[in-house]
Amino acid sequence: MAHAIEHEYTTTGLNHRKMLMWVFLGSDCLFFGSLIATYMVYRGQSLVGPYPVDIINVPVTTISTFVLLLSSFAMVQALAATHADNRRAIVGWLLATAFLGAIFIGFQIVEFNTFKNEGLTLGGNLFGATFFTLTGFHGAHVTLGIIWLVALAILGKKGRLGPNTALDVELCGLYWHFVDIVWIVIFTLLYLIGGFDAGPAPLGG
Amino acid sequence: MAAITSVIPRPTSYEGLWGWMTTVDHKRIAVLYGVTAFIFLLIAGLEAGVIRMQLASADSTLVSPGRFNQMFTMHATTMVFMVIMPLSVSFFNFVIPLAIGARDVAFPRLNALSYWIFLFGGILLHMSFVVDQVPDAGWFSYANLTEKPFSVDRGLDFWSISLLVLGTSSVAGGLNFIVTIINMRAPGMSMMRMPVFVWMTLITSILLVLAFPVITVGLIELTMDRNFGTHFFIPAQGGDPILWQHLFWVFGHPEVYILILPAMGIVSEILPTFSRKPLFGYPFVIFSGIVIAIMGWAVWSHHMFTVGLGPVANSVFTITTMLIAVPTGVKIFNWIGTLWRGALEFTTPMMFALGFVALFIIGGLSGVSHAVSPSDFQQQDTYYIVAHIHYVLFGGSMFGIFAGTYYWFPKITGKMLNETLGKINFWLLFIGMNLTFFPMHFLGLNGMPRRIYTYTAEFGWEYLNQIASFGYLVLLIGILVFMYNVWQSRNSRHVGHDPWDAPGIEWSIASPPPPYNFAEIPQVLGRDHYWIVKENAEAAGTPITGPEPTVDPKSIHMPSPSYWPLFTAVGVALIGGGLLSHFALSFVGGAIAFVGVIGWSNEPAAAPNDHH
Repeated sequence: MAHAIEHEYTTTGLNHRKMLMWVFLGSDCLFFGSLIATYMVYRGQSLVGPYPVDIINVPVTTISTFVLLLSSFAMVQALAATHADNRRAIVGWLLATAFLGAIFIGFQIVEFNTFKNEGLTLGGNLFGATFFTLTGFHGAHVTLGIIWLVALAILGKKGRLGPNTALDVELCGLYWHFVDIVWIVIFTLLYLIGGFDAGPAPLGG
Repeated sequence: MAAITSVIPRPTSYEGLWGWMTTVDHKRIAVLYGVTAFIFLLIAGLEAGVIRMQLASADSTLVSPGRFNQMFTMHATTMVFMVIMPLSVSFFNFVIPLAIGARDVAFPRLNALSYWIFLFGGILLHMSFVVDQVPDAGWFSYANLTEKPFSVDRGLDFWSISLLVLGTSSVAGGLNFIVTIINMRAPGMSMMRMPVFVWMTLITSILLVLAFPVITVGLIELTMDRNFGTHFFIPAQGGDPILWQHLFWVFGHPEVYILILPAMGIVSEILPTFSRKPLFGYPFVIFSGIVIAIMGWAVWSHHMFTVGLGPVANSVFTITTMLIAVPTGVKIFNWIGTLWRGALEFTTPMMFALGFVALFIIGGLSGVSHAVSPSDFQQQDTYYIVAHIHYVLFGGSMFGIFAGTYYWFPKITGKMLNETLGKINFWLLFIGMNLTFFPMHFLGLNGMPRRIYTYTAEFGWEYLNQIASFGYLVLLIGILVFMYNVWQSRNSRHVGHDPWDAPGIEWSIASPPPPYNFAEIPQVLGRDHYWIVKENAEAAGTPITGPEPTVDPKSIHMPSPSYWPLFTAVGVALIGGGLLSHFALSFVGGAIAFVGVIGWSNEPAAAPNDHH
């Protein structure tokens, strides 16, 4: 990342790396789409409990969802600070984004533990399998994002981030906002809509 | 973090084994892909040999039923993921930057990473032979046969985890070529001036990037079922094996086009060259490709007509499947239109391209016959299907790949493959392929199911099976002739930069191309750029006699070699290997991959003091 500005010619005028990130996010849409489809197909198909209505805690997850959305704001500020070449603000906002993401992950760890204690496991029923797989892979995406943010904060501390390297921050931001948006979909489907599902739906229902 | 990169100095050598292991040059990576995939072709071919020997006589006991299942599973998995796809990618690598007038791909190190992950994924799958726990559930590995109670050993884990590893390679490659093609075209090369092969590569790459995540999810769920106690595909717990079929074929049908579109692109380059006229109906060929890629997402359930999805689903997928034959037919008519009144020249690449068109038509016609769901009920799981897929994948994809090999070989090496041997090679493969696969139509219609390890003589299938097995021997000799042809070419004399009088930009530079490809980035004058250049020069009274002049490589700034792609790929392979042996190994692999990524991002694409 020491290579400062790249004045490379591109046919479209778009930077290679930015285009790569957008196409990758398109690819990732299909990944989450397939996981979400699995959840939707198996919604209400669990033969034994615990069912969502027994354990899903919408208020608690609303808080963690709010924290994650807040982190997107911090991310925007981090990019703005990079363009403004304010080194302290860059590091501060990047670490703030990472910290808010870490709170979200903390909530998820507590939630997974609580659910496990209440009897929800990967092998117990289809709800457990689809819930842990989908939210687990989302959590893994957030965790990767946190590592990326911390790595950027270290670079920022060394003074290697600024208007010339703003793309480094912007790419991380694209990824971070995408992961956020995916969570909005997951939160809506798994908590707000599916969170009140009881036992198996009657046949044909 | 910078400490990591300063401890080990950056590789500077372009020579020897280390030069190949750290290369980021798209032309060298193309050779690596091609050679590796050809070795996998030989392995898959030997597996096919075991199948044909076993089936050559009734009540054969040459191999056990279990071993037979392993052979057809590994044959198909290897051919699809480790032969046809990487051979296509080999052409993407060699041809695309040259054909769009670029000096390399957009992400040279990512390109190297794709290759190394592909190599390690292939090795990982074949390690299953070492421990003799070989995948044996067919290339689409239907649930719930693949679940632990029915597939006790680790074979299916080898299968699913290797495919996950190979999938990352394919997606990385797809991303790279999308950006390269959209963003690195030489001035003057608008989208509608791009060679058809470049277009088909773009479409294939988009399909790769969108289709692989779907199978990734299916494979993750299968791996979790087998290792972490979930019941995604186990009916006893409410799971639905049909979900696997949907996930597999939502990927699997775009995958079919991933396998055939590159070959269609190759043929669309070769037919105009040897007809001495531009491709007939260029925009129709392009838009047909785009329509195929879009509609390819709406036909997957034609693989599932006998599952019992109901008459509505079967009717809808019958109609969409028949509709997709229309753009395919458009392409075929455009190829024929290209040949019409052309000054045809029957070189080896042309013969293979014509063979492609002929055999692909047969495969396409049998394909339409099982697009009709009632008729498919008769054909499902019979040798008729085996005949169909070999006409489109061997007669189609492989013939296209052979055509491309003979066509671009002089550009890759500067030496021509022997034309006489090439023609012998073509006729052996053409006759052998029809001997092997044509009788399978009749076998299928006579009721022979696919994937049976033997049959009794009363069925009357023995005679046709013997013809098929004899055809295999002809194919084998054809492949040996090809290998000899490549081997003997080392002694042949250097041919010029443009032995075919071809229209592509890649033929304007020296053979083999210099590391930087183009000393001066060309200004593209139109479709069939080099034909226009040559005509203009002729008209001006100064015909072109040699390649574009070369310059001192040091004067052009090129990406420097790097060991981080190989390093990172080792980490990725260990993550997969760990899931198959000991989880601790996965963490080691994860750590290596992490260090690899850090080192990678700290390393500039081109070393500042290295002006290669």
